[in-house]
Amino acid sequence: MAALKKSFQLKSRDFIHAGEASISVQNMLKQIGIESALIRRVAICAYEGEMNAVMHGENGSFRIEVNTDKIILDISDEGPGIEDIAKAMEKGFSTASEEYREMGFGAGMGLPNMETHSDRLDIESEKGQGTRVVMRFSLSPGSRENKTGQSA
Amino acid sequence: MKLSELIDKIDAVVISGDHKLDLDIERIGASDMMSDILAANLGTSSMLLTGLTNVQSIKTAVIAGVEAILFVRNKRPPQAVIDTANSHGIPLLTCPYSMFVTSGRLYAQGFTGLNGLR
Ligand SMILES: Nc1ncnc2c1ncn2[C@@H]1O[C@H](COP(=O)(O)OP(=O)(O)OP(=O)(O)O)[C@@H](O)[C@H]1O
Ligand SMILES: [Mg+2]
Repeated sequence: MAALKKSFQLKSRDFIHAGEASISVQNMLKQIGIESALIRRVAICAYEGEMNAVMHGENGSFRIEVNTDKIILDISDEGPGIEDIAKAMEKGFSTASEEYREMGFGAGMGLPNMETHSDRLDIESEKGQGTRVVMRFSLSPGSRENKTGQSA
Repeated sequence: MKLSELIDKIDAVVISGDHKLDLDIERIGASDMMSDILAANLGTSSMLLTGLTNVQSIKTAVIAGVEAILFVRNKRPPQAVIDTANSHGIPLLTCPYSMFVTSGRLYAQGFTGLNGLR
């Protein structure tokens, strides 16, 4: 299978459209027959990453690549960056404003959720330079359901 | 329990998706924080209980695979949010009780949390 790639630009603070890239990825993975438990993990990571780029970052970009052996989510932005990554990874740590909390964000669970649901999470960030979050998911041969099935 | 039966336990009304009332619900999560819902070890046949009526509650449900949303305190989302829910086939309900009382009533009916535990 040739690698399948898709990319999206994310508009900062556009909460009406935020999440659409992730939902589109979820649909794409359904169409190519990825197993549903894995789709859910990828979708959760995609959504948390997309929301962070939209909420905390500037000029976000979101890419997904599906290879034979893995799925890669690569989400980056040119925002303020994360000063202390270890601290940001702590459950409950959030700098979200009151306004964002009222919108349902700021539990400080996004990065911990990405860590839990991906097989590997890499964060590159520097204050004032932006943030890049790369998540990898291994694809075993069994991760792809046989969509066409054996004919009856 | 079917959504149609669950509705009676909490005096809920259907905002949209009345053709989905035979959905079977087993697990319920209550939160106004979307990442808390996504942190749960989700199973199927689940419903979200929330006071948050913006479009992100619908998108969180879509991402998490949550099948229905119940708003508390008679809250109703704006029409654009209802349209989004319809486009994803997620029925929306509202009930007059607080999050605490709604949760208690549903817990008493034997529902589990999103992770299947009580
Ligand atoms: N792309 C980013 N740019 C700048 N800061 C970020 C970025 N992503 C995360 N952070 C910082 O890390 C903190 C923790 O992120 P995390 O996603 O875990 O929680 P949150 O976004 O605050 O809340 P939640 O995801 O639960 O709604 C954020 O509050 C923010 O300070
Ligand atoms: Mg976040």
